[in-house]
Amino acid sequence: MIRIENLAKEFVLHNQGSAVIPVMAGAHMTVARGECVALVGASGAGKSTLMRMIYGNYLCDGGSILVGDVDVAQASPRAIIALRREVLGYVSQFLRVVPRVPTVDVVAEPLLALGVAADQARARAMDLLARLNVPERLWALSPTTFSGGEQQRVNIARGFVHPYPALLLDEPTASLDAANREVVLGLIEEAKARGAAIVGIFHDEGARARLADREVDVRAFTPARGT
Amino acid sequence: MSAGPLFRVEGLSKRYGARIGCADVSFDLWPGEVMGIVGESGSGKTTLLNCMAGHLAPDAGRVLFDMKDRGMVDTVTMPEPERRRLVRTDWAFVHQHARDGLRMGVSAGGNVGERLMAVGARHYGDIRAAAVDWLGRVEIAADRVDDRPRAFSGGMQQRLQIARNLVTGPRLVFMDEPTGGLDVSVQARLLDLLRGLVREMGLSAIVVTHDLAVVRLLADRLMVMKDGRVVETGLTDQVLDDPQHGYTQLLVSSVLQV
Amino acid sequence: MNDQHYNFAYLDEQTKRMIRRAILKGLAIPGYQVPFASREMPMPYGWGTGGVQVTAACLTPDDRLKVIDQGADDTTNAVSIRKFFQRTAGVAVTTATPEASVIQTRHRIPEVALTEGQILVYQVPIPEPLRFLEPRETETRRMHALEDYGLMHVKLYEDIARHGAIATSYAYPVKVEGRYVMDPSPIPKFDNPKLAGCAAIQLFGAGREQRIYALPPYTKAVSLDFDDFPFEPTKAAGACAICGSDTSYLDEVIVDDAGGRMFVCSDTDYCASRAEGQP
Repeated sequence: MIRIENLAKEFVLHNQGSAVIPVMAGAHMTVARGECVALVGASGAGKSTLMRMIYGNYLCDGGSILVGDVDVAQASPRAIIALRREVLGYVSQFLRVVPRVPTVDVVAEPLLALGVAADQARARAMDLLARLNVPERLWALSPTTFSGGEQQRVNIARGFVHPYPALLLDEPTASLDAANREVVLGLIEEAKARGAAIVGIFHDEGARARLADREVDVRAFTPARGT
Repeated sequence: MSAGPLFRVEGLSKRYGARIGCADVSFDLWPGEVMGIVGESGSGKTTLLNCMAGHLAPDAGRVLFDMKDRGMVDTVTMPEPERRRLVRTDWAFVHQHARDGLRMGVSAGGNVGERLMAVGARHYGDIRAAAVDWLGRVEIAADRVDDRPRAFSGGMQQRLQIARNLVTGPRLVFMDEPTGGLDVSVQARLLDLLRGLVREMGLSAIVVTHDLAVVRLLADRLMVMKDGRVVETGLTDQVLDDPQHGYTQLLVSSVLQV
Repeated sequence: MNDQHYNFAYLDEQTKRMIRRAILKGLAIPGYQVPFASREMPMPYGWGTGGVQVTAACLTPDDRLKVIDQGADDTTNAVSIRKFFQRTAGVAVTTATPEASVIQTRHRIPEVALTEGQILVYQVPIPEPLRFLEPRETETRRMHALEDYGLMHVKLYEDIARHGAIATSYAYPVKVEGRYVMDPSPIPKFDNPKLAGCAAIQLFGAGREQRIYALPPYTKAVSLDFDDFPFEPTKAAGACAICGSDTSYLDEVIVDDAGGRMFVCSDTDYCASRAEGQP
């Protein structure tokens, strides 16, 4: 489902003497349907960078990233927008939403964008929020004022409301209590079972052991940096 | 949805004497897409918007719009009556200052109804019903339909301007700093409204702003302008999170973090 | 018996030619406002300087002139303009509508149907029907050129929204031959139906605004309205206290300090001829 070949990336800081910082070279990785691959490596090794490149959030300087039959490294913005809408879900560590929008609509939005009827989309959103133990009294409020754990669960609900064939999960269980962690792990297992290809970053070793079929150490892709 | 782009700009240039307004701008906009244009004051983004919307005559280039039955037609060379019809049916323009886009001496209902009457609506009851419906959609109470915009707050005026523009079901909306000059909380409400309308109506939009937070929430794609030229384009989040051009890097790093 | 110190009908021949060209152009494009080089006239703006220039350009020594102000032949404005042309052109004058070949009017159309060969000249204060909605002349011209008349209906919409009905009761706009929207000068909307299909030539002159426009005989002129609020030519309910007419346009006259009032015909010639004919 996801196939990465010979991927390279460097940052050029034009305003700091055009410093060139190579962050990735020769990255290879494949993720099959129903498979969960965990990215590992020390902080700053490039796990999030790789994930962002798969999502099209960072540009690539070489190589290819096939998600289904779309090469994210080459695709037009429009193709990436369509890919994100239909195929590729992403649960980041941060919730970025329009203030004032009720939580239930934040969660339902990916479905609305796909043209699902509003009442149906909301019903799905409410099911997920209930399952993730987000108190019902909060559903009509904007998540911008929620606690970290609550925001994280809203973020997860938003990422799972549509059965994406490919999922990117950046620390999905961070800042969750044991009960909610269990719910999230269950959701991820269900996604695997239905055939989703999953790339995850899990600092939670228990979660990693339970979900990941393989581990990919991104330090192998980190180019040597001049000292 | 049609198979091709809705709107296409090719080599658009405008000079003010020796000074460049905008130079050699080209892009495609597809149905349902929202494109943000950012840059600092004087970067040419407003000149570009005015050239695209037919308010300014460009010196060179084409501005093509999908006229359904006739395919892509150049709106620069289009006869004036046809362009006016386009401007009051398939296009809309939301000004930064609501007073530039509203008739301040005419009631809210009359403001919303004007475009309908301009395209031939002649039934008072129907026009009024459509006006009340649209006021509701932009969260203005029906009992304000006979009030003049002067009596409205800034945020309400801006929402009224949006209702007035969208009543004929346009396919393309030009927006010039649509949230400029509004309180932050009012901005958020307006952004939410715009996002909902864009999604529900399948609108395409071109939003000019200097506010990167606005484009992050509203735009699918981003175009960064400097000195009248486009220096970078791409997915909005990609341009903001992984800017390639030095100017964009400066722009992004200059934003105050909240 | 005209004053020989003046050229015939006051204006010089070149000026009259210029005005006639504007009139002919106006007749060729019914409802279109033709700019013309309005002259200073020996009377203040607002007293009919536009109408007077049009009348001057139309008059021949054989004409018989009638001048009315709000329907009356005997008010200051009517009397002074009539005298002006008696003195400068020496033409015959009359108060009888059917006998006149040229009628200059301020704010009324005579009750008696006009006939072929007659010319009705209106005095126009503000010729631009879009003026109160759009102050820029450049923009109103463009709107006329592009038939961009939505704004006209916005005005009528506002009337209904505010008053429950179209409250415009005079200077009610008409669309001429399905093309130009025209201000018929401040005639009561009661007179609007008489604009259409009229056998006489109707000329409109605005002196201060320097515009001439025209309706040739038998021209279509449709009063603007909404499907559910159709145009209605209204007048005061009642009958004339002098001649008894209940179909003519009536003026209300307060007759004492106790609020007593009566209605009389605004068209004095019509009223007088009816009163005479009665036993």
